[in-house]
Amino acid sequence: MKKERSFRKSLLFILGMIAVVVVYAYGFEKTDVNLDEIESDVRQASLVRVLRALAHPDLVEYDRVETEVIAPIFTPCPPGGFDAPEPDTSGAYMTVTPACADPRSDVVVEGFNFEANKGGPIFFLGATDDGGTVRLQMDNIEADEDGHFLMTVRLKNRPSEEQQGILAVTRENVGSWLDRVEVWDDTNGNGVQDPELLTERTRLSPRASETAVETWEGIVETVFMALLATTIGTILAVPLSFFAARNLMKNITTRVITIALGVILFPFGVAVGVMVSRLARDVAGIFDTNGWVDLLGMVVLGAVIFGLLRISVPDEEEEIVPRNTRIARVVGLLTAAFVALAGLYVTADFLIRVGEALDGNLGGFDFFARFLANLGDIAELLVVLFAALIGGFGLAAVGTRIGHLIEDRVPEVIQRTLRYPLAAASGALIGLAVGWLIEWLYQLEDPVKTFWVPALVGASLALLAAWGNRERDDQRVGLTTYYVARTFFNALRSMEPLVMVIVFVIWVGIGPFAGALALGLHTTVALAKLYSEQVESISEGPLEAVSATGATRLQTIMYAVLPQVVPPYISFTLYRWDINVRMSTIIGFAGGGGIGLILQQNVTQLNYRAASVQMLAIAIVVSSLDFLSARIRERIV
Amino acid sequence: MLKVEHLTKVYEGGVVGIEDVSFEVPDQQFLAVIGLSGSGKSTLLRCINRLIEPTEGRISWNGVDITAASQEEMRRIRRKIGMVFQHFNLVHRSKVMTNVLAGRLGYVNPLASLVNRFPKSDIEKAVATLDRVGIADKANARADELSGGQQQRVGIARAMMQDPEMVLADEPVASLDPVLADSIMTYLVDINKNDNVTVLCSLHFLDLVHRYADFVIALNDGKLMFEGTPEQITDQRFKEIYGQEAERLG
Repeated sequence: MKKERSFRKSLLFILGMIAVVVVYAYGFEKTDVNLDEIESDVRQASLVRVLRALAHPDLVEYDRVETEVIAPIFTPCPPGGFDAPEPDTSGAYMTVTPACADPRSDVVVEGFNFEANKGGPIFFLGATDDGGTVRLQMDNIEADEDGHFLMTVRLKNRPSEEQQGILAVTRENVGSWLDRVEVWDDTNGNGVQDPELLTERTRLSPRASETAVETWEGIVETVFMALLATTIGTILAVPLSFFAARNLMKNITTRVITIALGVILFPFGVAVGVMVSRLARDVAGIFDTNGWVDLLGMVVLGAVIFGLLRISVPDEEEEIVPRNTRIARVVGLLTAAFVALAGLYVTADFLIRVGEALDGNLGGFDFFARFLANLGDIAELLVVLFAALIGGFGLAAVGTRIGHLIEDRVPEVIQRTLRYPLAAASGALIGLAVGWLIEWLYQLEDPVKTFWVPALVGASLALLAAWGNRERDDQRVGLTTYYVARTFFNALRSMEPLVMVIVFVIWVGIGPFAGALALGLHTTVALAKLYSEQVESISEGPLEAVSATGATRLQTIMYAVLPQVVPPYISFTLYRWDINVRMSTIIGFAGGGGIGLILQQNVTQLNYRAASVQMLAIAIVVSSLDFLSARIRERIV
Repeated sequence: MLKVEHLTKVYEGGVVGIEDVSFEVPDQQFLAVIGLSGSGKSTLLRCINRLIEPTEGRISWNGVDITAASQEEMRRIRRKIGMVFQHFNLVHRSKVMTNVLAGRLGYVNPLASLVNRFPKSDIEKAVATLDRVGIADKANARADELSGGQQQRVGIARAMMQDPEMVLADEPVASLDPVLADSIMTYLVDINKNDNVTVLCSLHFLDLVHRYADFVIALNDGKLMFEGTPEQITDQRFKEIYGQEAERLG
């Protein structure tokens, strides 16, 4: 019996091993594993070439002096033959044997007195019909340490009766580190090397090559792309993370009527918010004449807001507040909100105006002026969004307040009958939103499919939910929100920024802005998830203690949750910044700008020496930021 | 007057926290709640300010039905009930001052408190309260830099900031050594006698119960076993509360 079992076990083991081998064999097949390719001489030569190019990053460039040495030659031999004249042996010179030969025949070239160990191309200097010359490269020369070389070259097939020549060019770098060397600018642009027509100046040699300069710009772009993405992501992720924290959300429960009223009133609130923001813009238009009036407007509106807040926000909440005072306070707060919207518009106008006025006057700091103008533009965009959201959530809050009143004041029987129509209406509204989305995406233009069906489905689903939960007074809104938020974050997080950037490139064009947006979106959802896990792991004690003092939920988050999560939040943000720098170096491959774009261009152009500079830059920046963020994290946590 | 009637708490999963507990606490009484670990003392105290939702039964306080209060009403009730915890439950990374001011959160305007702005009177009150519990010099220290005894004083100061009419103390001295325990109990008695605050305090040591409590209730396995003055706890009673194997110490 025992033996049988061990036999079965071994059989299973062998079968498992076979399965593993099969899996790997299939993997080899699918990944085209091919050792022949690795061993082939051609491939190895290419690899060596590329590796050598990578080992010689195009970092610095020298000014060069070219030395040209010409030896005369006739091809074919003239009728009387040709004897080369005695060369000038004071400098570098060459002898050609024989001094005349048929086209495409071999001649021996010997050079003397060249710069030691210098090389360069050797050309056939052919005569052209118009009396000029043309250079046709035959080979490369390499002088030894005595400045001597000896080589056989094949003459080009350019028969001529004129004297032609063999030209050797050696190039030499001038300058050592940070020397200034004399160069001549070719001001007349005709390429003639006539010192009298050229202006003399000095410049550094060696100096950073064009590739190095371009790479520097690319890496700066990259680092700031990562910075922007991390900032956007952090700002958005912090509030979002609380919605995905189970311990904060699990106890939030509300009745059906309250939820339904909130959902129904939300879209109206959004509409009101947008309308109010339009009105606020008109009010702000009063100040829209010049910068000084803007400034005055900001001061006046700021003072009004401060005053209104002082009046309508009491220091302490008294036990019983008279109804009239409460109404007055709400009116005061609403007015303050409206004035704040107008104030934001004025501020945005002011920023744009200042930015535009300064642009072009700050020299190297012009970017700051453009930043101000951009901030203004962003503020103007955000005001509408804010107004819509505040309006939406504000009215939804009013809805829930009414819901609470109904719960407290209206008899249970009426509540039971009220909940079904209200749930149906709210469900229908959500259904309509989905229908609108379908219409927008697929352009069905069929009101049955995009209006009636979604509304009916939404209403019936809501009715079912309300009926299914009829025994339960308190609906778990919090947990639902938690699951929705979690799903949303996980779905978006699973999409790599490299994929997201494709959409953004289409939207805002190739460049670092698209990269920053894609990275920012991914950072938002990724951080929101990480943050929310931190919130879930905080100690519950302080939470309990603060809510026991009668604090509101928002106050509890501010006083008991935030202080506990700030260190891990900072640590995660730094970690993410780290990831973003790494991601932003390659996001350029998909059109996201930054150093990746330059690297990709150089790789596709087979310009490996330039690509090597970019790889080096990425390695340096990533590893130094890695080190830096690790150090900062150590300090904080 | 606090009236607890037929209070039952059954946790999710069927674990019974307390079962059919009824008692009354007259105003300004120092009531000790005793019993073994897991006998339901914490559950009982937390049901009173509804940190834990009771499953059945009714709690009324000065005529107000706590069990039926809405969230908003509960907030207003809670700010009159201070709470002191076994593990102090301070926010470690916040300053002592912030921890103490947190006791005013139920009173101050929510908007102002979100930007960490408290009325001047509250700040003065916090300084005075810290002085009263003897750690005025620690106001700007971080809470986790304090020793256990000092942390519990911050916890008491936080409860006192609420101008409470009742204080729930959940094993306030169980994590402290006997000397510190005594001094912490003195502060609770001080609040009870001088500020006329009702105190419900769960305790381990019978010794402390005898010294400080006016009245005792005892829980065993979620059920009310005993109600009376400390003197009425005879050896027989003791064995009923703590089980037959228990030996009386101290």
